[in-house]
Amino acid sequence: MTNLWTAPDAPMLLSDAASRTAVRALLLAMADDELVLGHRHSEWTGFAPDIESDVAMSSIAQEEIGHARVFYDQIAALDGTSADRLAFGRTPETFCNAVLTERPNGDWAFSIVRAWLYDHADAERLQAVAASAFGPFAALAKTLLREEKYHLLFSDAWLERLARGGDEASGRVQRALDAAWPDALGLFESTPDTTHLSAVGALAATPDEQQGRWESRVRPRLDALGLRPPVGAAPMRGGRYGRHLPDLGMLLMEMTSVWRSDPEARW
Amino acid sequence: MVTPDAVWLALSEIQDPELPIAITDLGLVRSVDIDADVIRVRLIPTFVGCPALDLIREEVSRRLMALPAVRGVDVQYTFDEPWSLHRMTETGRAKLVAHGVSVPRVRLAEGATCPFCGSTDVVLESPFGPTLCRAVYYCRTCRNPVERFKPPADAALIVPNR
Repeated sequence: MTNLWTAPDAPMLLSDAASRTAVRALLLAMADDELVLGHRHSEWTGFAPDIESDVAMSSIAQEEIGHARVFYDQIAALDGTSADRLAFGRTPETFCNAVLTERPNGDWAFSIVRAWLYDHADAERLQAVAASAFGPFAALAKTLLREEKYHLLFSDAWLERLARGGDEASGRVQRALDAAWPDALGLFESTPDTTHLSAVGALAATPDEQQGRWESRVRPRLDALGLRPPVGAAPMRGGRYGRHLPDLGMLLMEMTSVWRSDPEARW
Repeated sequence: MVTPDAVWLALSEIQDPELPIAITDLGLVRSVDIDADVIRVRLIPTFVGCPALDLIREEVSRRLMALPAVRGVDVQYTFDEPWSLHRMTETGRAKLVAHGVSVPRVRLAEGATCPFCGSTDVVLESPFGPTLCRAVYYCRTCRNPVERFKPPADAALIVPNR
């Protein structure tokens, strides 16, 4: 991929070390979210409730991992390493994904609720980057937003189908929402130096502002579907700073096993 | 000396690995610059997560390096312009339709036409198909499953008659 740090329209700010560090931290959080959730989605391949959903979940997984790769490429250009090494060569405590993304899939209702909550949050985050003053990164975010729309189309259709699908389905989807909501709030945990990012215009909305916009998108829709987010839930924070569940360690063990068998192999 | 015509001709002979059309007809090539026999090509991905991106870039490098007098090739993807259906040529559209893939004019939310029988009584089965750039439809007239080229979503995406 094009090295965005040195693109002709990259702002001078990117030549300043503090800005680079802050943008790097944001990109790493985005990349790790997409990689870990992409891997979880891929675990449905072959097991989803119908063939269309199987293909859809697999395609969404492929796109999330593809998006992670673009972000890793940019970090790798800065660090002098490779996207593969960033994705596969790190220990769990260096991952910055929100805990929501690493939870095991559980039932279909949980995976759909998680995907839906995440897709809306991701859209807010991408919009904050798309409206930023950081030219080439804004262009990338605009491109990714257009692809993410299809993910929302899928998760929203399923959310409605389950919420209106009778007692068992709506009960499952409500329980999934109860479980996922505090984790979803954790998606808006600030990355290191977020204040710096906002101050220099690299992020058009702070994580708190993103959360406000996200809630004003998801709450009315949940309400219309008869679903109630838990009241007064404390956000599940820590993921952005490497505090994870044992589940992430197990996920990484499996995901990286082929790469670890020969890190120097060329594919 | 390398000429732009020679470069574009070479590019027009490279097929997309997932669709039966040239990468120039798909509109993947944004710019070609030649400076002292070094060729700089900028490509636009249809979908950023497309697994064929590396393959296409390597093929472009290989073909261009094989041109006479070329001293170097720099091929990279750019996000300066998001890919849209406006970039696909009429030749590209016709070839996809002949291959049985329906192609919207601008966006997926438009009504679809069956590439086999021409019917417009075609409904969306799933926005996700065999590749990231294809959705699956069903023709109620000739009762065939239909694949349709899926552009990245612009503006408000409304999908009709689900």
